[in-house]
Amino acid sequence: MRTGEIVTAGVLALLSIYLMWKATELPVGYISREGPGGGAWPFWLSAIMLICCAMIGLNWWRGTSPPSRSEEPVLDSYGWRMLLFVGGAIIVFVGLVNVISMYGAVAVFLLYYTRFLGRHGWPLSLTLTIVTPIAFFFFFEGAMQITMPKGLPFTDPIFNVLYEIIY
Amino acid sequence: MEILSLLGQGVLLSLQPLNLLLILIGVTLGLFIGAMPGLGSVNGVAILLPITFLVPPGSAIIFLAAIYYGAMYGGAISSITLGIPGASTAVATTFDGRPLALQGKASLALVTAALASFVGGTVANVLFTLFAPVLAAVALSFGPPEIFALMLLAFATFVGLGGDDIPKTILSICLGLVLGSVGFDQISGAPRLVLFDISGFLHGINFLVLAIGVYGIGEMLWTIEQTRGEVTTTTARISVRGMLSDTRESVKRGWRGTAIGSFLGFFVGVLPAAGATPGSLMSYGVAKMVARRPEEFGKGHPGGVAAPEAANNSASTGAMLPMLTLGIPGSPTTAILLGGMVIWGLVPGPRLFVDESEFVWGLIGSFYVSNVVAVAVNLAFIPLFIWMLRMPFTILAPMIFVLSIVGGYAATRDMHDMWLIVIFGFAAFFLRKFDYPLAPAVLAIVLGPIAEPTLRQSLLLSSGDPSIFFTRPIAGPITIAALVLIFLPAIKLLRRGRGKTMADEG
Repeated sequence: MRTGEIVTAGVLALLSIYLMWKATELPVGYISREGPGGGAWPFWLSAIMLICCAMIGLNWWRGTSPPSRSEEPVLDSYGWRMLLFVGGAIIVFVGLVNVISMYGAVAVFLLYYTRFLGRHGWPLSLTLTIVTPIAFFFFFEGAMQITMPKGLPFTDPIFNVLYEIIY
Repeated sequence: MEILSLLGQGVLLSLQPLNLLLILIGVTLGLFIGAMPGLGSVNGVAILLPITFLVPPGSAIIFLAAIYYGAMYGGAISSITLGIPGASTAVATTFDGRPLALQGKASLALVTAALASFVGGTVANVLFTLFAPVLAAVALSFGPPEIFALMLLAFATFVGLGGDDIPKTILSICLGLVLGSVGFDQISGAPRLVLFDISGFLHGINFLVLAIGVYGIGEMLWTIEQTRGEVTTTTARISVRGMLSDTRESVKRGWRGTAIGSFLGFFVGVLPAAGATPGSLMSYGVAKMVARRPEEFGKGHPGGVAAPEAANNSASTGAMLPMLTLGIPGSPTTAILLGGMVIWGLVPGPRLFVDESEFVWGLIGSFYVSNVVAVAVNLAFIPLFIWMLRMPFTILAPMIFVLSIVGGYAATRDMHDMWLIVIFGFAAFFLRKFDYPLAPAVLAIVLGPIAEPTLRQSLLLSSGDPSIFFTRPIAGPITIAALVLIFLPAIKLLRRGRGKTMADEG
């Protein structure tokens, strides 16, 4: 944790510097008869962020914050596995939205999570996998009139059937 | 007496069968729309606005106001049961609502939220009825320096909320404010902070993208990692006796927060452009400050649910006041309501109370009726929400992830934002590991777009002289209070440090 604390502060300091630099694309000082420039607000806030990072670094050096005193690893083997299987699945889920549609991605994610991570039986997993996207479809597309991504053209026949029910 | 007579007529009007039915439908729809992460009262009111042309204008506005009310009640449900604030107004509710749910006391949290919302709504209705014209005049005296001072006060309460690590709290606030400034410069219209030149940043970063990333993804990953997947939400039970006992406990431990939220929320809600979010946050901060055991806040104290819930309901009624009396909407939802009124041929402003007396008092009467209906409907649905919590965590967790992604898309309709949600989620997971408070960042991204233009307008007014925030009669005391709140924890820490050094030397 101790190393992680200073690495995180370092990354945030770099982010602050990047934001300060990016903010200078617009004036960051006071312009007569116009007030503070468009970049002033993000520039000075990012500067405060940088000062905070320095203070976090100082606290780390003095060992005053709990993470700076901890010798535990940031993540143990369970944590890394969880991040891989759950976090990775979320990335795949979002990646699939433009391929097999939002509803298709929901179905795949739910099947993976309930059947393979949750170890629920096939009947429950399949019921959730089928019912949830259909319920979402009628709620969002029918009731709320919010169109979700439909993916590649091969999903069209399914959506044509569902749209005929709504309209 | 005249007011009472007009109010009585208004209540009778809203109790007519058609209006009562519309209130019931509106409140129930609003409750479920508000409970859905990514959807809030603004979506419900906007989507159902065209339907209202089928009924007379008086009934239409009553229906929309009922949706608004229901959604305000509903916002607490996802905050408590899922840990995802469905709207910015319900962020503060997660601070204590979620811990209560994790302790198996979701029923207590939901009952407290419902009762506090009811009291907040009722207090606001009474204040609205009695002082509408006076308060509208006070609200008008709030210029940019006063609004900025108020925002500063809201940020100051964050410092108190963030715990002992002040640099991390201030960093979190500044990060939220900077993220809120991505997109376009509001005054010059020039593109600003288009990060890594990715065009998706041109439309800015929506509050919900950060909120869903932090709470829907980051917090869930953190919970799974910390509990090894053995989350204890399944102990939640519900019974009539249990709910009565919860009611007693919520009254006993939540009355102070409810009272603070009801009054503070209303006054902040009345101010144009402020809205319910700063109101709910300030109420939480003040309730924590005046509590006998402030250290219990953030760990599952009913007062921490009552204060923001009373405040956001109270503020939502308060936000109607400048809309009706001045034609200035206090929130996005009231802006849509205003649009609806204009379409129906009604002109909001000081003359509305005179020219359209029946309409105005019918609407005010419907606030009272909607509030009673909303608390009844909300309490009736609590068993359903508790049942949701009794689902095995291996079903609840994927459902929360799915709701986060789908709800996030529904709010912004942009795949770029979906990836941002994922990035914010992972970042929040790691920042949480190192004790960075993230709620201040989420609230700062909401308040930033209000704070920045008011600061710039104020400095323009004073030709760059910051003393404008100290010399004006309303802005001055608010700014000083904010500065005291900001520096108080630092002084306390310094004293503690000096005391420790002296003890070590002694």
